[in-house]
Amino acid sequence: MRFKTVTSPHILQHTSVGQVMRRVLYAMIPGIAALVWFFGWGVLINLALATAVALGAEAVMLSIRGKPLALHLGDYSAVVTAWLLAVALPPLAPWWLTVIGVLAAIVVAKHLYGGLGYNPFNPAMIGYVALLISFPREMSAWLIPHGMGQSHALGLLDTLQIIFGGVGSLPIDALTGATPLDVLRTKLGLGQTVAEIRNSPVFGIVAGQGWEWVTAGFLAGGLWLVYTRTAAWQIPAGLLGGLAVMATVFYLIDPQHYAPPWFHLWSGAVIFGAFFIATDPVTASTTPRGRLIYGAGVGILIYVIRGFGGYPDGVAFAVLLMNIAAPTIDLYTRPRVFGEKPS
Amino acid sequence: MIEVSYRQILQNGVWTQNTGLVALLGLCPLLATSNSVVNGLSLGLATTLVLLMCNVAISLIRPLVRPEVRIPVFVVVIACAVTAVELAMHAFLPGLYTVLGIFIPLIVTNCCVIGRAEAFAFKNGVAKSAVDGIATGLGFMLALVLLGAIREVLGQGTLFSQAELLFGEWGTSLTLHLIPDYRGFLLAILPPGAFIGLGCLIAIKNVIDARTQRQVAARPATALMTAGS
Repeated sequence: MRFKTVTSPHILQHTSVGQVMRRVLYAMIPGIAALVWFFGWGVLINLALATAVALGAEAVMLSIRGKPLALHLGDYSAVVTAWLLAVALPPLAPWWLTVIGVLAAIVVAKHLYGGLGYNPFNPAMIGYVALLISFPREMSAWLIPHGMGQSHALGLLDTLQIIFGGVGSLPIDALTGATPLDVLRTKLGLGQTVAEIRNSPVFGIVAGQGWEWVTAGFLAGGLWLVYTRTAAWQIPAGLLGGLAVMATVFYLIDPQHYAPPWFHLWSGAVIFGAFFIATDPVTASTTPRGRLIYGAGVGILIYVIRGFGGYPDGVAFAVLLMNIAAPTIDLYTRPRVFGEKPS
Repeated sequence: MIEVSYRQILQNGVWTQNTGLVALLGLCPLLATSNSVVNGLSLGLATTLVLLMCNVAISLIRPLVRPEVRIPVFVVVIACAVTAVELAMHAFLPGLYTVLGIFIPLIVTNCCVIGRAEAFAFKNGVAKSAVDGIATGLGFMLALVLLGAIREVLGQGTLFSQAELLFGEWGTSLTLHLIPDYRGFLLAILPPGAFIGLGCLIAIKNVIDARTQRQVAARPATALMTAGS
């Protein structure tokens, strides 16, 4: 009797690019739901607009480059880039801001560098940074979260009017306010202590009011991504660890002038960046040890930029800087090949 | 050595071996001063002048200079020419001198100047060297002005702003406001805009070259076909 011989691997998992990308999209839903609850329709309009522009730009670039349209449009990578960028934009961002950001991400950061798998920098973050340094005023106009002593029951029509027709019937300055990290930064600059600043109405239990629930939503989705092994656990672990160590050291040295570590971990884009941005398999490190180093580098840089840099939050810059370092990290953390002598 | 015609010298300098877009020499001033048309044009003019002076001078002293010491001699000649241009600009165009700042003395480090001295002026006669200097300078100026125009239009929505620095009082009327109420796209003015813009310009030049080459390649084939029929 003859047995059929099969070579390894014996346990196969059919994971396609499209499947991974779809999982990322599902994992973003809790965080997006929280964003919509606290910031209104603008979030959904940004998402829809960004998705449409991203798919259009992707199709045009693919056809210019002579690549199969259906295959690459169906892998959802453009949609993921669009969503990652859209949730980072202020909810009432004018339409052209979203369009420019998505074009910078898809056309410049992704396709000019060779398309999916070849881009050295995270496309969504390139789009975000391009907008942040070009249009600082528009990019800092964040809405005051829902339920903070003002009635911003902006309807769908009002929101559409503001986004597509410039400012509508309502003055936009009345609706927007400083984000918790902005407040921390400005007031520290004015010589107040962290304890005094924490009494400001912007702050909730751990971090910013409203913001902390958005963070919780993204944390839930992010943990699911790690649980399904869509994202490598080392990157978020390294990132949060690096940031926590930096924040703890400075907090212990001078708790008057440095915010506590839990505030840093829970505010701004840290959780979102740790699980969704830094874990991009194309631009991050690929070796297990390298991922820890890469994550820790992002975490440390976030703290350095927040504490000593020119911007209130630094996730995007930190991720881009570590993107540059990722190939070098990979080179030095390559696992030993079986049989190779340890050097 | 093959004699080059004047037409070829011009073509090489301005297009085929363009300093900014093909040889990628002198990137530092090219990227730094191309944030507006006027800045680009001024630095291009200054560089052209330096190239012309250096090429002529080096071609003239060619018989006197031993090849072993030619590089130090080039450096001295270039330094003299740049100093002269810098002092002249300081005297006659003080506004422009302040805007361009360090980049005028830095023409001395522009590799295309010593490159042309070594590759051309030291081997050719005065007239040809002069034409080569002008052609190379024009090519550099072309890249500077194109990049400056792209960045200025995208970044500020204007063209020829601050033209009065270069042309005197009447230059004020040259400034074109292409887009009214333009909010400005800062990225184009900042250094990343220079790199992205230069990349796009090089890509466009390559596309044009590839198209011309295809036409040239297609022409003999059709000629043969008509001859055969």
